[in-house]
Amino acid sequence: MTSTTLPDRAAAPATHAGGLGPHPLAGTGTMIRLALRRERIALLSWVLVVVVVASSTVAAIAQLYPDEASRAALAGGIAANPAFLVITGPISDTSIGGVSAWRMGVIGGIFVSLMALFTVIRRTRADEEAGRTELVAAGVLGRAAPLAAAVVVAGAASLLIGLLVAAAWSAQGEDVAGSLAFGLALAGPGLVFTAVAALAAQLVESARAATGIAGAALGVVFGLRAIGDVGGVDALSWLSPLGWVGQVQAFGGNRWWVLLLFVALAGLLLWAAVVLLGRRDLGLAIWAARPGPATNARLRSPWALALRLHRGSFVGWLVGFVAFGAATGAIADSADSLLNDSPQMTEYLAKLGGTSALVDAVLAADGGIAGILAGVYAITAVLRMATEETAGRAAPVLATSVGRIRWTVGHLGFAFAGSAVLLLAGGVVTGLLHGLRSGDFGHGFTDGVASMLAPIPAAWVMAGLAMLLFGALPRLTSLAWAALAGALLLGQLGRLLQLPQWLMDLSPFTHVGPVPAEPTNWTATLILTLIAVVLTAAGIAGFRRRDVAGG
Amino acid sequence: MTAAISMSEVDKAFGHIKALSGLDLTVETGEVHGFLGPNGAGKSTTIRVLLGLLRADAGRVELLGGDPWTQATDLHRRLAYVPGEVSLWPNLTGGEVIDLIGRLRGGIDTVRRADLLERFELDPTKKSRTYSKGNRQKVAIVAALASDVDLLILDEPTSGLDPLMEAVFQDCINAERDRGRTVLLSSHILSEVEALCDRVSIIRTGTVVETGTLTQLRHLTRTSISAELSDVPGGLATTPGVHDLVREGQRVHFDVEAEHLDTALKLLVAGGVRTLTSQPPTLEELFLRHYGDADPEPEPVAS
Repeated sequence: MTSTTLPDRAAAPATHAGGLGPHPLAGTGTMIRLALRRERIALLSWVLVVVVVASSTVAAIAQLYPDEASRAALAGGIAANPAFLVITGPISDTSIGGVSAWRMGVIGGIFVSLMALFTVIRRTRADEEAGRTELVAAGVLGRAAPLAAAVVVAGAASLLIGLLVAAAWSAQGEDVAGSLAFGLALAGPGLVFTAVAALAAQLVESARAATGIAGAALGVVFGLRAIGDVGGVDALSWLSPLGWVGQVQAFGGNRWWVLLLFVALAGLLLWAAVVLLGRRDLGLAIWAARPGPATNARLRSPWALALRLHRGSFVGWLVGFVAFGAATGAIADSADSLLNDSPQMTEYLAKLGGTSALVDAVLAADGGIAGILAGVYAITAVLRMATEETAGRAAPVLATSVGRIRWTVGHLGFAFAGSAVLLLAGGVVTGLLHGLRSGDFGHGFTDGVASMLAPIPAAWVMAGLAMLLFGALPRLTSLAWAALAGALLLGQLGRLLQLPQWLMDLSPFTHVGPVPAEPTNWTATLILTLIAVVLTAAGIAGFRRRDVAGG
Repeated sequence: MTAAISMSEVDKAFGHIKALSGLDLTVETGEVHGFLGPNGAGKSTTIRVLLGLLRADAGRVELLGGDPWTQATDLHRRLAYVPGEVSLWPNLTGGEVIDLIGRLRGGIDTVRRADLLERFELDPTKKSRTYSKGNRQKVAIVAALASDVDLLILDEPTSGLDPLMEAVFQDCINAERDRGRTVLLSSHILSEVEALCDRVSIIRTGTVVETGTLTQLRHLTRTSISAELSDVPGGLATTPGVHDLVREGQRVHFDVEAEHLDTALKLLVAGGVRTLTSQPPTLEELFLRHYGDADPEPEPVAS
């Protein structure tokens, strides 16, 4: 390097004994105000969605299951169905509040965790990666202030959601102590994932990778809880902060001490994050970037670039889907053994069409979750183009002989083929394990594969929607996420809340049907694929006609 | 030969904000054309229209004999672009980015690539995330110069480079001119434009306000004169075209418009010149004339 350029950042030592300096928290207040200003719309949306969904759940359950007997039947029937156990965990109390807490607990906990995770990483690693932290760090600002501000904002938002849910439920006539216990239990995973994200942000240099690490942790936590609850292995549920939400037993035992687990784990992770923060330089990470090749002959087309940009996250997703498939395949067959001892269940099962129907229901429920997750991947892959454009990295590529369609196709390939491959991989692993465990390999294998292949066209519709938004309304690409969140809520709560069919039909995932409990609906598959193609084509047409930003 | 770039009456608005209004710009084939203007004047917007990234609302745009909007990909094979704000893929190395951009353009000269890396002292094995602003800019410059193209479009390419690297850059651009390539160099660094450019266009609030060779443009402005005289002539203050006259004993300083230079000099000679310095107008002054406050009224002469 020449003497006049700044010393190269990578040349500086990645770790030193500098610690956090004399006033590590100086300026935290200002940073909190900045974080609130930048996150105000996102935080408001998260808070509103969780609180509104939580209070409408109570209202719906009070209306649909007004008496103790109907709720007991619900608890004995559906709540003991392993297909529900996968997603919600066991039911601990049959009051209106108890049933609502059971229904909302895990999914609410996931929402709060995602809110905390995204907020912390955006306000720490993403700002640092973009060089914005450097700008403020040159002022009177403690080294730990940006992290502290992000943690305070995300933690406070988690608690706010919990308290608002508690207030809403008590205002709707539920037991105050139970409401408070549930609200705080809901905030718990938010606190834990605030700390998980704070730690992940210290480990890697890119916000994308940090989000991946924290998201993978959320997946593991969900998986532990699901296997524990379905397999009846309590110890596994106790390993998972999402399991603790149910273990609080709001409206039943109201076990307040479980809440301390959230605080203890969050504290421990935060302590680790602060230690690591003291050992690294601004902009760098504990895991430093290594030098790479000086030349690369394979990187010669927009497709090769897309491959390079997507492959890391795709491999991460693939590992996740394989793990998810393995968990599903391993637990699906235990569905009937879990229930055989209850006479009430035997009757319920007879109505459903025997134990095999129950196993099918588990496969279908997991297939539905996998479909939503594939939708998340597909939207991420499409919106990668939006990231590239706003970062100014699309313009230099489009200023070469690469046309807009060719550039788009590389990314779309990952969205469409990628989401299909993820579901196929998950399905094959599910099928292999389920086939081996069920004793009828051929049948078990096809059921397992079919359950995860079914939602492919629905995930494609989400990709198509994202492409349409990117091509025609690039400022509104976040609507794709709103649509996916809507589909998730409809799928998870729609049946229980007895929402009208036309509303349910708005979600592409509704039309897929519970495969293998029902055979694959080929008409719906075809129509959904067509819709996805039309949306994508319209998006490409829009992108060809509009201005490209950045660069 | 036709002009490499020809824009006439080009309008472009973003919502209610007019970025370009009636912009005319001609860059002849084989020339290094300076595109000068302050921040927000519309330089980058003009360049993005030329690259077919933005569609002009009105007017005619011709680039290398084609339409940059409809024939973007074909035309892009023949040009290389250095963006003003270089953003790279953080997990690719500088070398990989250079190869990628070069190949997407239709090919890269590996010998020139190696030569340029050496001249710009750029380490191609580092991940883009770890590059400083100047080094990111070098990546884009090397990628552009290593390609065999007819036209270089450079949007403030040296804003992050140190003076040493700026000198290397100027050598490279001079070599490109000798090869017969056309260069559009947007800049607000006047010394760079003065050193490199054959012709200059000055843009202000979306319109090109002045265009021509440096010599032509200098005629539009004033020469600065300082002289020590044995006898200061009285008529100097009233001579047309003389501005900002300051008298300190036997010494005078003033600025004079090019067309009245002769008259003013004759007056000085009549007064008996002991010493004389004259400074040619710099682009700074040209610039100030267009962007500074309105031409100041001739001040009252100090007696």
